[in-house]
Amino acid sequence: MLIKLTGAKVYDPASGIDGQQQDIYIQDGRIIDKPSGDFLVDKDYDLRGKVVMSGAIDMHTHIGGGKGNIARTLLPEDHRQDPVHRSDICRSGCGHAMPSTFVTGYRYAEMGYTAGFEPAVLPINARQAHMEMADIPILDKGGYVMLGSDDYLLRMLTAKKDQKAINDYVAWTMHSAKAIGVKVVNPGGINAFKFNQRKLDLDEQNVHYGVTPRDILQVLATAVKELGVSHPLHVHGCNLGVPGNMQTTLDTIQGIGGLPMHLTHIQFHSYGTEGDFKFSSGAAQIAEAVNKNKNITIDVGQILFGQTVTASGDNMRQHANHKHASPNKWVTMDIECDAGCGVVPFKYKDQNFVNALQWAIGLETFLLVDDPWRIFLTTDHPNGAPFTSYPHLIRLLMDRTFRNDVLATIHPEAQKMTTLASIDREYSLQEIAIMTRAGAAKLIGLKDRGGLSAGNWADITVYTDNSDRQKMFEKPDYVFKDGQLVVVDGKVVSTKWGTTHVVRPDFDPSVEKGLKDYFDRYLTMKLGNFKISDDEITEDGRGSITVHPLQGKQV
Amino acid sequence: MTDITEVPSPFCGIGTDDLTIRVEGTTLKVLENGCAVNTPLFEQAVTDTQPRVNGKQVSLAEAVAAAAALLKDTHLPVIGGCATDVNGMRGLLALADRTGAVVDNINFTGARNNFLALQDSGWMNTTLAEVKNRCDLLVVVGTDLEAFAPRFFERYIWNPESMFVADTSLRTVVYLGKAPSGVASTSSIGKKAQVLPCATEDLPEVVAVLRALVKGQPIRATTVCGIAVADLLALAEQLKAARYGVVTWAAGALAYPQAELTVQTLSEMIKDINDKNTRCSGLPLAGKEGDQTANQVCGWTTGYPARTRFSRGYPEYDPFLNDSKQLIADGEADALVWVHAFNTNATPPVTDLPTIVVGRSGMNFSKEPDVFIPVGTPGIDHAGHAYRMDNVVAIRLKKLRDAGLPSTADVLNAIEQAL
Repeated sequence: MLIKLTGAKVYDPASGIDGQQQDIYIQDGRIIDKPSGDFLVDKDYDLRGKVVMSGAIDMHTHIGGGKGNIARTLLPEDHRQDPVHRSDICRSGCGHAMPSTFVTGYRYAEMGYTAGFEPAVLPINARQAHMEMADIPILDKGGYVMLGSDDYLLRMLTAKKDQKAINDYVAWTMHSAKAIGVKVVNPGGINAFKFNQRKLDLDEQNVHYGVTPRDILQVLATAVKELGVSHPLHVHGCNLGVPGNMQTTLDTIQGIGGLPMHLTHIQFHSYGTEGDFKFSSGAAQIAEAVNKNKNITIDVGQILFGQTVTASGDNMRQHANHKHASPNKWVTMDIECDAGCGVVPFKYKDQNFVNALQWAIGLETFLLVDDPWRIFLTTDHPNGAPFTSYPHLIRLLMDRTFRNDVLATIHPEAQKMTTLASIDREYSLQEIAIMTRAGAAKLIGLKDRGGLSAGNWADITVYTDNSDRQKMFEKPDYVFKDGQLVVVDGKVVSTKWGTTHVVRPDFDPSVEKGLKDYFDRYLTMKLGNFKISDDEITEDGRGSITVHPLQGKQV
Repeated sequence: MTDITEVPSPFCGIGTDDLTIRVEGTTLKVLENGCAVNTPLFEQAVTDTQPRVNGKQVSLAEAVAAAAALLKDTHLPVIGGCATDVNGMRGLLALADRTGAVVDNINFTGARNNFLALQDSGWMNTTLAEVKNRCDLLVVVGTDLEAFAPRFFERYIWNPESMFVADTSLRTVVYLGKAPSGVASTSSIGKKAQVLPCATEDLPEVVAVLRALVKGQPIRATTVCGIAVADLLALAEQLKAARYGVVTWAAGALAYPQAELTVQTLSEMIKDINDKNTRCSGLPLAGKEGDQTANQVCGWTTGYPARTRFSRGYPEYDPFLNDSKQLIADGEADALVWVHAFNTNATPPVTDLPTIVVGRSGMNFSKEPDVFIPVGTPGIDHAGHAYRMDNVVAIRLKKLRDAGLPSTADVLNAIEQAL
């Protein structure tokens, strides 16, 4: 079937197209060049005046894995306020803060998203992450596997194993867990919490291993680069949420010595200690450092006001923050000498000074970082806000008047502590397309996604231009996934199953010798039973695996 | 004849995955690392391979059509048992969504003691590898642990090597409430578990006093339910002095009204200990025959644990009103689908309702169901996934033989398609 999208204004930063009127042809799920000679169009969409972008990609969203399911189980009262009926096309479920898997897929698609990446896949919980994501319809998905608090890596560092050995372990883990990236969460901190340490600064030693977060960041960032993994080491830094952590973040940027590094939900790591409440914005300093250091990419982790739930691997910090739980119930877990998790419900309030300033800090960060290719639009779903608030966030970025109107309503002391009112910048449609499409695909290393030139998969979103950007982005006219029309007027009209994106860096198979011995002596599962096979993703006939290329030459 | 090694078990809940099993045709023999729970469940013979409708053998297609016909015009079917693998639960939930059914896991009434505590105040928990490597004090509350999981101590407490406990045989084990039925809790050097015995239904009082002592509250009484307060004080001090204490319980073993309050008191006590400059964690025992699997898959599919109804077109959770036994007894349900792929003794409640059983081959019924479709057991007849007790770890189940039995998912998907 040949589909033609006629006459839309196309925003395709991957090809440098910025709002020019173009036709797009789709065949067999992919975008093709205009066929030569005579041809018959099976379905022609007249999109004159409409805005077309590729399907949006959420590069950091907690959509699969144990902590999300704990969050679901913890909050029946939240689900009850947003029940989702089944239909002839869609399964039933629940929405709001931590939606059910099916509803996650539908609601992302209904906003024009066609891919989401789970950033915290514990190796031991990777099966669950993939099984949950396998039940998310329409979207493509993938995961960043979490390392850095696992006892195996810390033992390697204490034993002064060389970088090559660490690279082999990282690559092996990526294979075993079916990952496309590597994440570190509070480097070494989750492990230190198990030894009863309650905080861990960048240069503070783990009491048992003598290893510091700086050491861990260095070896993991090096491993990711040397293995040729496109996505830089994905870093949830030390001291999340701690006033003054801006300095830790600046030190982390300096300390990585030019290696590629992605700092995630940086809003939560951009706090100073100025002012009457000893809590202030560090966004300007952080943005300056990001602008200066081209090896750094960030996503914001914007908070938006209302009820949500925070679900993180960082059980050390989540435990410290449990006193803010609203409603007052929370879970932490130590997990399998591998990692941990913490789930704390939060209600961000615009009349709470800290929450109001967090909101402003996130927006300052968006507006002060110059290069949209190095900053990504996230709320760290569901930690800053549910992903369904993205259209609202986009309006805050694109509409200064609207932004200032909201600013005028937040806690007055927070208004005094932010420079937001003085920032004139408004994001353009092209910049939004970079942050949510082309840039994200480039950052993750997705081949044939995130662009609209011939050869790309036909993940396409069509919007009606509207000066109310929230209205525009919350209800696309059409969404195509792999060429299939899945959404019309913001409602799912058909469903399909997306693919699982992975990379497979090389490793020396002898790495399993040491691992097998370690598994047999200390863990609770046989090495052979730990590794996830391709079958596990594909055997139900719905899932598939897409392997993406590695960069450069392996060392 | 083949010997298959590193076989994981879906039965015991503690994730044993080191069994060696000999396969001869469809006969299985556990050669190594069996136990009183796993061995009989692996070795049980295949009997029925043919579905039955009204007691007569029929083809699978006929049985599926008959099941669909029974479900077609129901208003509130209940799907009980819910004991299968991840794919089986996926099929089950799809069928429930389509038919507006109530989904109710067979062990939910026990598990409810945990869910109510979790959903009211949360907890701090740990997992088996942390226990194996970090635990220096294990407190077992109201549960005969070795009867629950015969290899728990061997695998996770008396493990010869541990990363952070120098000599595991010196670990301290304390039983509160029920005393152990055997000697699995005695270490290799003869160190015995300490037992502070009381009646199970007295645990609320005992646990409340223990928490008060942990918090340093004065207790005037000298004994509580037969336990000397001095002994409880010593336990409170042990918990605070341990580097990584672990408190374990089986929610189903706390078989008295409002046992969720005991789980909550324990969980809040654990939180208190973590505010006293040391670490302590809970370890709820579960994971048998797919109970954790049911709750996990239902959790991500609906947002709620596996006592959820779809009768209004969307999932509604109620840990009391959606009790399938009660719905059948009260005449609210109008059909029963019973799904149990693990245990032939786990038969459906006897009822006059139209009954469809998707059960492990070999199930015997006191009343023949309208439709019986024998299915394979996950981890024996087909590959699959099951959750361990500690919720985080899904194990990859192996296919050991081919007895020509369909999987739960095959059958339930076919019924849903037929509707």
